[in-house]
Amino acid sequence: MSFQLETAAHPERLRRVAIDPVSRVEGHGKVTILLDNQNKVHQVRLHIVEFRGFEKFIQGRPYWEVPVMVQRLCGICPVSHHLAASKALDLVVGAKKLTPAAEKLRRLMHYGQMLQSHALHFFHLCSPDLLFGFDSDVTRRNIVGVAAAHPETAKRGVLLRKFGQEVIRVTAGKRVHGTGAVPGGVNKSLTIAERDELLKEIYHIVQWSREAVHLIQKVHMQDPGLYNSFGIFRSNFMSIVGNNGDLDFYHGSLRARDDNGTLIFDGVDYQQYAKYIEEEVRPWSYMKFPFFRALGREKGWYKVGPLARVQNCNQISTPFAEHERKEFVDYAGGSPMHAPLAYHWTRMIEMLHAAEVIKELLHDPDILSNDLMVHGERQMEGVGVIEAPRGTLFHHYQVDENDVVTMANLIVSTTNNNQAMNEAIRHVARRYLNGREVTEGLLNHIEVAIRAFDPCLSCATHALGKMPLEVELVDAEGGLVHALSRS
Amino acid sequence: MSQSFVLDGKGIPFEDGQTILQAAGNAGVFIPHLCFHPEFKPHGSCKLCTVKVNGRHTASCTMRAMPGMVVESNTEELNGERRALTQMLFVEGNHFCPSCEKSGNCQLQATAYHLGMMSPHFDHFFPNRAVDASHPEFLLDFNRCILCSLCVRASRDVDGKNVFALSGRGIKTHLIVNAKSGRLADTDFSLADKAASVCPVGVILRKRQGFAVPIGERRFDKAPIEASAKEA
Repeated sequence: MSFQLETAAHPERLRRVAIDPVSRVEGHGKVTILLDNQNKVHQVRLHIVEFRGFEKFIQGRPYWEVPVMVQRLCGICPVSHHLAASKALDLVVGAKKLTPAAEKLRRLMHYGQMLQSHALHFFHLCSPDLLFGFDSDVTRRNIVGVAAAHPETAKRGVLLRKFGQEVIRVTAGKRVHGTGAVPGGVNKSLTIAERDELLKEIYHIVQWSREAVHLIQKVHMQDPGLYNSFGIFRSNFMSIVGNNGDLDFYHGSLRARDDNGTLIFDGVDYQQYAKYIEEEVRPWSYMKFPFFRALGREKGWYKVGPLARVQNCNQISTPFAEHERKEFVDYAGGSPMHAPLAYHWTRMIEMLHAAEVIKELLHDPDILSNDLMVHGERQMEGVGVIEAPRGTLFHHYQVDENDVVTMANLIVSTTNNNQAMNEAIRHVARRYLNGREVTEGLLNHIEVAIRAFDPCLSCATHALGKMPLEVELVDAEGGLVHALSRS
Repeated sequence: MSQSFVLDGKGIPFEDGQTILQAAGNAGVFIPHLCFHPEFKPHGSCKLCTVKVNGRHTASCTMRAMPGMVVESNTEELNGERRALTQMLFVEGNHFCPSCEKSGNCQLQATAYHLGMMSPHFDHFFPNRAVDASHPEFLLDFNRCILCSLCVRASRDVDGKNVFALSGRGIKTHLIVNAKSGRLADTDFSLADKAASVCPVGVILRKRQGFAVPIGERRFDKAPIEASAKEA
């Protein structure tokens, strides 16, 4: 194993800087950095120290309970888990193809989630960094500061998210942790009144989403030196793509490209995911490291999420988002963009696409239909894959003849980005930490790099854009040299 | 119907043979209860319906109404005791409402809401209880049993089958299935049984039906449990 800066040759001779906990990540994570006496960086690791255990305690439970139970993995994007599990269990109940109403209602729920999650991440969590600067005044670098300096931007962030939550509420019954999808379909359609309430809002939601793309595009282009290089690393990337290679968050086949954009695999039925992806366990983190089997552990790791999806698809089916995608591709200059901060730009393109799809679906009469369920020949196993806000999400279940789950395997979006996030913070540490005193601004640079991926570790500590961080600089004898904390 | 007693300062008429709980229900006054069911002989075991009659604690589901009784029910003291009993029921089993398909239709959950239970308060027992999924149409999730014995009474007294029983003593009391194997599949339990539809919590469940009813249309989404007083 020879990932640069992953493992120092002689850690016992080095000083250790720990950022513990890194927050705005679901559960707990920490960053450790090992430095020598000249403050040269020798080792950087993002450790996920959370323990969840969902794969284990789903075992022994009836399968129809699973979509509702597993969504508790997350409070930000529970719909992703709810739908990925439902898709896997559709196959178990023999529902190979849902009714048009059921599929469209699930799509509506999912795109509503995409909208709210992307809005939350961009406006509430990242806009303070992007609008004020990474090491700007910490007392202002939060959503309250944004609300004071850019009240219209902050207000739109809140209202965009609220709209997405309303879409989820009318399709799932609750804004967070609803029950809309069941194996074989959904349990409710929209009433005319519910649809009309959303229709009143959707046109300015689309417009605001367009303006959000333009905002991040402007910010990015104003400082290309920073935005094109901060935390940069080159990697493979993967997502599902829909029919004709369209950007599709709900369903499709697996496609992967290398760092130059050349296809590694395409059109892969995700039921076969285990033939293409393997997960490695490393002793220093509870989060696994997935990689493409064909390329091996060292060359096969990849990134997922908006930056991967927008560059992996052939086109986007909705006009405004497709226009913005082309702008982005033009800016990238014909080869894939790998800069982590470009995640923000592509995330806003996706938010715009989600808003446009919601508009289309709200005009589709199928979402008022009561033809909601199908069943077929019972199967013992199913895999459900969905593009969650943060990337490709795999749910895989085996169910016995008594309807009880006997095996569950989940590869969550952030797990796919594990190596990628480590590489980004290593780049940032090398560039900004080397030989310097630990400052709050430095801490935020590391957070900015992690934040770009919007890791789905974030639900625990979304506190007005501030990660509660503790950093200690300890000398080779274990003595505290310098400590900084932010709560 | 000329007889009456006083419940929380209000006159409650009753007929001969009626219990305090029944008479209060007829008058639209809700007294929390879990093991009582209007179609079965009172059991008096959950103690949630405990009231004070002339200053003394008694189960209102078993105490016959008498003229001149002065009954206290909706008091801070009694509701506090009921809340503590409900909290004990929650911690003795594994009641995970967020992923329970009975959520919104569950009498225990609705009672907890009614009593303003904001936390389990006591340490969870986290008992290790496996589900019985052997029956083709029904699932038994023993994690949620509150030992109300309604299924025992329904199976014995209405269905004539004795499919269920309570076994063990004290804190070790638990619901069992009356078959050599202990499995529901090895009994003659069927969909038509009264016991199949009487469970107030999420133990006896029709398979493959979970979450079919959307949020907003479940029983206690429509009206809180206190609105069901007249069903007593």
